[in-house]
Amino acid sequence: MSLLVDVEKDFGGFVLSASFEAGQEVMGILGASGCGKSMTLRCIAGIVTPDRGRIVLNGETLFDSERGINLPPQKRRVGLLFQNYALFPNMTVEQNLRTGLYRARKDKGRISGEEERAIAGMMEKFFLTGLEKHRPFQLSGGQQQRVALARILLTRPGLLMLDEPFSALDGYLRWNLELELSELLKEFGGTTLFVSHSRDEVYRICDRICVMEKGRSTPAAPVKEMFEEPRTLAACMLSGCKNYSEAERQEKPGWIYARDWEQAFDCGRPVEADITDIGVRSHFIHVLSPTEAKNAKNVMPCRILRIVEDVFSQVIIVKPQAVLDREGKRLAEQNTSLLRLEMTKEAWKAYAAGTPAGEGDPILVQIDGRDILLLRR
Amino acid sequence: MDWYPLFNSLRIALISSVIVFFTGIFAAYYIARLNRAAKGILDVVLTLPLVLPPTVVGYFLLVLLGTRRPLGMWVMEHWGVKLVMTWYSGIFAAAVVAFPLMYRTARGAFESFDETLADAGKTLGLSNTWIFWHIRMPACRQGILAGAVLAFARALGEYGATSMLAGYTPGKTATISTTVYQLWRTDNEALAFRWVMVNLAISAVVLLTVNMLERREKRLRSRQLSGGRGD
Repeated sequence: MSLLVDVEKDFGGFVLSASFEAGQEVMGILGASGCGKSMTLRCIAGIVTPDRGRIVLNGETLFDSERGINLPPQKRRVGLLFQNYALFPNMTVEQNLRTGLYRARKDKGRISGEEERAIAGMMEKFFLTGLEKHRPFQLSGGQQQRVALARILLTRPGLLMLDEPFSALDGYLRWNLELELSELLKEFGGTTLFVSHSRDEVYRICDRICVMEKGRSTPAAPVKEMFEEPRTLAACMLSGCKNYSEAERQEKPGWIYARDWEQAFDCGRPVEADITDIGVRSHFIHVLSPTEAKNAKNVMPCRILRIVEDVFSQVIIVKPQAVLDREGKRLAEQNTSLLRLEMTKEAWKAYAAGTPAGEGDPILVQIDGRDILLLRR
Repeated sequence: MDWYPLFNSLRIALISSVIVFFTGIFAAYYIARLNRAAKGILDVVLTLPLVLPPTVVGYFLLVLLGTRRPLGMWVMEHWGVKLVMTWYSGIFAAAVVAFPLMYRTARGAFESFDETLADAGKTLGLSNTWIFWHIRMPACRQGILAGAVLAFARALGEYGATSMLAGYTPGKTATISTTVYQLWRTDNEALAFRWVMVNLAISAVVLLTVNMLERREKRLRSRQLSGGRGD
């Protein structure tokens, strides 16, 4: 069970260039809306024809521009769950499921007893029993999704692709459905592509992630690695990191200069030559009292711009003093070179008890070298 | 009262509507898939009979099908069939004039069709023909039926092109509309009035059918919009 995708398509102004491999796993395709995720799925399904490239599924070539192979979607055995589920509105739930068994049949109206049992089994497994005669518009969003998925699984696809499966659902329903879906995916066992723009969904459901940005895919990486040690700026942004700076490797080994913050940091590990940016997560920026700061490494003097109280945490927006000094007072209003700190309310209270901590006050922030994410573009 | 004109009108309208029903649907389906330039040109050509005076359409048809014109002569030579001044000449006239109504309504219906349904059908392994008849057509049913009824009504009321192509021969090519004119011309107002009433009755039934179809579609739409949501 494996999938190889390497395709390119020019839409005039937007070039899709997706290249990845997936084994027997749930592979997430993560990217902002309009980055080409859905288009990639459509290329694999055969609904859209790429200009160049190759798609191979379980040893069978579905598309190869050089060898002139382009199987029609009907022959690809690829299941695609559409964002709006695409249930046929003129058919009942049962009739919708039956269409999943029509593949390559001549006598499309008749269905054997065995297949009848397959449908009944699927209805039960997907908690649809009793809804046989309902029309799609009479079902809830979750039920619609289950019908669509059951219909796909009846075709015994070699590959399952889910296009933003939760985007059409109300927020509070999502959690339950997500649990249900990940159970079903485990049971399916084949290669699954899961497209989403939500890093949380992808983190919980997928084994590996391929990030797409502006039509381009980046090499896939295991989920944990992707979030804990993102290698590219795009992946880091999608993983939810909020603080970035363009960066320059220093001659002194392990040191890097953050151009936006106008400060050099010791990363405590070798810095590769292709590093262009650094990122730091809000939780990993510490605040120090002047006495604590004396013996600490990587301390950056800043000034507090705003203090925001969040539901469960305290958010502090600061700007490096070096930047403020250069910009002068008037430009200091600009929202550039900002850092966002996040900590528990208790931690902030403890700090504020010993040090003046109002908006406009100076503050010393410190970043451990190992918490600095080294990124490429 | 001789009922031949009613029979002839209904027969012409029915046959031409059936022709127009299929050609209109397939034209709408395939033209929607063409590139922009070809679509624009074909769209204008196929809609033209709707805006041209029927006599101009009749003129073109005579130029094409007349007994001394290439196509008319060729059909005459090969099959011995005369294309003008017969009862079925009315079919050509009615079909050409009614075609744009079917074509345009069908195209409107196809354009509002959710293409992802067809895409989903393909990935499920359903053939394009099956998708067309079992998914696309039922989804567009109301619009297509409304188009067919309108085309039938237009074919039934056709006068200009028909009178040029089929003429008026009582008991042979006479239709309701040509009969009304002929009766009025020969000062038989009483009989003309009767035919007018017949025509009014048929038109009323047709329009009621269209309204009913539209109401049903609206009901269906609102039901589909309000249904679903919440587990």
